[in-house]
Amino acid sequence: MMAAEVPLAKVLERFGGKVELDETATDMPCLFVPPDDLVELCLFLRDDAELQFNFLSDICGLDFHPETPRFMLVYHLVSIPNHWRLRLKCRLFDPPAAPTITPVWTTANWHEREAYDMYGITFDGHPDLRRLYMWDEFDGFPMRRDFPLRGYKDNYNPLGATRRDVGGGA
Amino acid sequence: MTEVTTLQETKTGSGYAREVLMNLGPQHPSTHGVLRLLLQMDGEIVERIEPHIGLLHRGTEKLFESFTYTQIFPLTDRLDYLCPPSNNLGYALAVEALLGIEAPIRAQYIRVIMAELARISGHLLITGALPMDVGAMTSLLYTMRDREMVLDLMEMISGVRMHTSFVRVGGVREDLPEGCEARILEFCDIFADRISDYETLLKNNRIFLARVENIGNIAAGDAIALGLTGPNLRASGVDWDLRRDAPYEIYDRLEFNVITRKDGDCYDRWKCRLDEMRESLRMIRQCVKQMPKGDFLVDDPKIAFPVDKDLLAHSMETHIHHFELAAYGFKVPKGEVYAAIEAPKGELGYYLISDGSEKPFRLKVRSPSFVNLQALTERTTNVKYLADVIAMLGSLDPVMGEVDK
Repeated sequence: MMAAEVPLAKVLERFGGKVELDETATDMPCLFVPPDDLVELCLFLRDDAELQFNFLSDICGLDFHPETPRFMLVYHLVSIPNHWRLRLKCRLFDPPAAPTITPVWTTANWHEREAYDMYGITFDGHPDLRRLYMWDEFDGFPMRRDFPLRGYKDNYNPLGATRRDVGGGA
Repeated sequence: MTEVTTLQETKTGSGYAREVLMNLGPQHPSTHGVLRLLLQMDGEIVERIEPHIGLLHRGTEKLFESFTYTQIFPLTDRLDYLCPPSNNLGYALAVEALLGIEAPIRAQYIRVIMAELARISGHLLITGALPMDVGAMTSLLYTMRDREMVLDLMEMISGVRMHTSFVRVGGVREDLPEGCEARILEFCDIFADRISDYETLLKNNRIFLARVENIGNIAAGDAIALGLTGPNLRASGVDWDLRRDAPYEIYDRLEFNVITRKDGDCYDRWKCRLDEMRESLRMIRQCVKQMPKGDFLVDDPKIAFPVDKDLLAHSMETHIHHFELAAYGFKVPKGEVYAAIEAPKGELGYYLISDGSEKPFRLKVRSPSFVNLQALTERTTNVKYLADVIAMLGSLDPVMGEVDK
């Protein structure tokens, strides 16, 4: 695993109070960031001469239903020159919305579309926010924890759950 | 696909100029699976590429959440279906990190041998298929012949040619069969000569070069912003390989070079893979030489099935553990981990969150092909004609099982 000596003190100082360190993380350092400061933090991490977190590895959507805040976005960054890794966590309330970081890293485009498709998280300012895996007419967000494993019953899916089974109304 | 949608039609002095939308795929030999590309064309010139993915979407990540940790292995096989041992390995590392265990050294060597064999198998397919896509049919027939040798080795080790599921949490399923080391070394000797054959077959082939050289160049900065990894990144001159830069398993005991190229065009991506196979051979030879005797699975009845199957018939305790493990699985402590390995296609990451039960709360796969394929949508230099799209797509080497998850 990656070294843990990432100099995060300057990040915490720069974003005083708004960005917090996640003490529970063991495999790599982790920061909590509110959605409003996400883009600024990403730009800072990418462009800082010492940190150089120039590579976005992954964006992962999470659903903690029925807890609140219900959703979370997890970003995994890599600093290729320093061989460091960093995790950013962004808590989102229902209905979930976050700013896009596509202008910071081009690769975020499809990752964000995936999170939108699977969790219904919308990304403000995204250049092309459409479903990625599911077809456009698909109803629901399959990776949410209240979405049944077999999907909802319809003409193509006779073994699916009915809406009443999962308490989804209608 | 003959049907096209006309977007704009203008009459010029010499005839009609039409801007059309055209489908490439989803059933087309050079899309390497079920990928649909929507192309906006101005005559033969490509204006815009829009990949439509998801035709192979099986909801793997949703399924992960309802499977026990042992049951997940066969699902990971089917991500990058050309190189299942790598997928198994990455997943096993994530679970082992949360459990706080490590596989025995011999198991680590066996895993690395299999992962490198899988890399050869994956690279062989694309180093043969890319030339075929652009008109050099011969190469694929030869590379498939040699891929057969790799698959035979897989069969000898695991009993299965493709979806091996050989890795277990805490080791591998079985020890290498007798005589396997000799067969692996024999393969290395035969194959080392053949790589050079393929190289001479294609690197002076003018038709092949005209189609791939200086086509689809990706600059180093763009490659990083696009999140490219693996040979696609290294072909653009970025010296980054997790096997060396964040070593897992026993890679820090092996000597190998990280292959990089300068231009980042289709030829470089192809050449990078070709040279990587040589390095893989080197690694396999070292592994076979260094591999110690010993256990191949951790001795923990709560996590791994008993190595000595006779015990099942005699020891009640073993029997109970075996039943518990098979019926309910094992619990993984609460926590989260991101384990990344250098799979043949690039960085394969597993982000595992456990809530303390025997099923993962969330297991996110950062699949390299998914990210690499996105490079097709960006305006990379020198992808101008329809024919260049085919070369570009082949050189990015996406595997749809992994793109669609």
